[in-house]
Amino acid sequence: MMKKMKFHPLLVIFFVILILPFINDNINFHHIMIMFLIYAGLGEAWNIITGFAGQTSFGHAAFFGIGAYTSTVLFYRMHISPWAGMILGILLATLVAAVVSYPCFKLKGHYFAIATLAIAEIIKQIFISWEYVEGATGISIPVMDEGILNMQFHTSKIPYFLIAFAIFSIAVLTAHYIEQNKMGFYLKAIREGGDAAEAIGIDTVKYKLFAMMISAALSAAFGTLYAQYILYIDPFMVFTMDVSMKIVLLTVLGGLGSIYGPIIGAAILIPLSEYTRIFLGGTGKGVDLIIFGALIVAVACFEPEGILGIFKKGQRKKRGVDYARATT
Amino acid sequence: MLLQVIASGVLMGFVYALVAIGLTLIWGVMDIINFAHGEFLMISMYTVFWMYTLLKFDPFVSLPVAALLIFVISYLTYKIIIKRVIDAPGLTALLATFGLSLFIRNLAQFLWSPDYRFVTTSLVADKKITMGPVIIGLPQMAAAMGSIIMTVLVFYFIQKTKTGRAIQATALDRDTAKLMGIDTEKVYAITFGISGACVGVAGALMATFFPVYPESGALYSLLAFVIVALGGFGNIKGALYGGIIIGLAEALGGFAFGTQFKYAVVFLIYLLVIQVRPKGLFGW
Repeated sequence: MMKKMKFHPLLVIFFVILILPFINDNINFHHIMIMFLIYAGLGEAWNIITGFAGQTSFGHAAFFGIGAYTSTVLFYRMHISPWAGMILGILLATLVAAVVSYPCFKLKGHYFAIATLAIAEIIKQIFISWEYVEGATGISIPVMDEGILNMQFHTSKIPYFLIAFAIFSIAVLTAHYIEQNKMGFYLKAIREGGDAAEAIGIDTVKYKLFAMMISAALSAAFGTLYAQYILYIDPFMVFTMDVSMKIVLLTVLGGLGSIYGPIIGAAILIPLSEYTRIFLGGTGKGVDLIIFGALIVAVACFEPEGILGIFKKGQRKKRGVDYARATT
Repeated sequence: MLLQVIASGVLMGFVYALVAIGLTLIWGVMDIINFAHGEFLMISMYTVFWMYTLLKFDPFVSLPVAALLIFVISYLTYKIIIKRVIDAPGLTALLATFGLSLFIRNLAQFLWSPDYRFVTTSLVADKKITMGPVIIGLPQMAAAMGSIIMTVLVFYFIQKTKTGRAIQATALDRDTAKLMGIDTEKVYAITFGISGACVGVAGALMATFFPVYPESGALYSLLAFVIVALGGFGNIKGALYGGIIIGLAEALGGFAFGTQFKYAVVFLIYLLVIQVRPKGLFGW
């Protein structure tokens, strides 16, 4: 009975997200919904390794970028369907995640975080100088016939929205499944104390590795979709630290380690940055990010547990702040 | 040629080290990553630029002003923002400093446009020193010298003065320090201030030979993160050696593999070192 009750909020969220673009027919709104789903989904993926397992990654742009580049290069050079490219991108990102993060898992705390940042920057440098993938100039994806096979739609954004929604749902449900099962408890044990988790018999490296690989796989899927949606990618767009940090920010803003956190964070952050960009456009360059920066500082100062903290606080009234302090 | 590369690498290393020392102080004392560190550097560079453009002040005259200004900004940052998030769980402090960095960087872009600006004349501009086969620009030399002086001052302050010892005690164990009668609040604020003074000096020195623009601090703060982690968090000596290693790696990497790969070399060196010393060169 309890388990059924827990499913409810997610179903409501899914339902609301799914019908919103059909209620509001505005093209800008559709764009924002797609970006929202991509970033909320990336946040879910990042949450698995950082929120659950406590391994701070500042380099998730690497997996996003690998997903974007794999499908794009295959489509551009060999006319392979982006769907096949997406699967290959997922496999490649998972492989890269396993290979590069395995030696890093012995690093603790910030040393690990800086290592992920360094790895992402190295991968970016490689793509900037790699001629086969057009280096720093980037790739314009050839415009083909509209259709599901080419993952290109020119008359309406709704198909993109539906694909984004599908991947987003998979990401949320994956995170939810992990959280509800053995692996989620193992990961949280690792987060709260790696040595203690090891002592009670959890293979910490194995589970951290699983978490990182699942996280990378989901990020890569969004990378492919993003490339097909924008129809142009370059290393500075997809491998930049800005993407990594945006994922970090929206998740922490919403609530770290909760499956609702990235959804709440992205629901605030993405409309804010996209709408200010649409309305202020070229004239007010940077104004969106000034507001955004100030907002983040304010939330951090007054709601240290993220927006989700406000809801939690309702339950424990004024003692909320004391509780937050006591748990650190 | 190789000597030339090594010399300029080491000189830049001292400047990077000073930026990293500012970062590592905060990191070591209060376990906070200050993502706005590079933006403080950028403000310092703009301070020098505007004092030069509007008042015709030489960068070396503006240097103490910039250092003091960033000290105050940093101090206030602690009092207004960091104080509220220092005990918060998880990555909240990171959220606050990253938000601050976005705010400052884009405010600078809004106020002063993204254009590159240059401080074209100064005491040291366009002068060169020739030592055998090595030719060094006087601005770089002055920047390295200035950074060394500031590094020594900070080191002396932390090691020898009463406040410095209080900072060390707080870094080791905050609660015990409090019991010993140390005002840890004040210690944190001063640590933040000193960290700001470090980038204030570094920024003023760098403005004599680097372009000034809103993003100018971002790259150096990224390098500073790597230097701090390479040396070991909270370790001033580690930051100094880390800075020199990264300065050298940048120069030699650019020389050997082409400039587009110089930062890849820098990051690769960090990843290799960390395999052998998982807590940095001087960490424990």
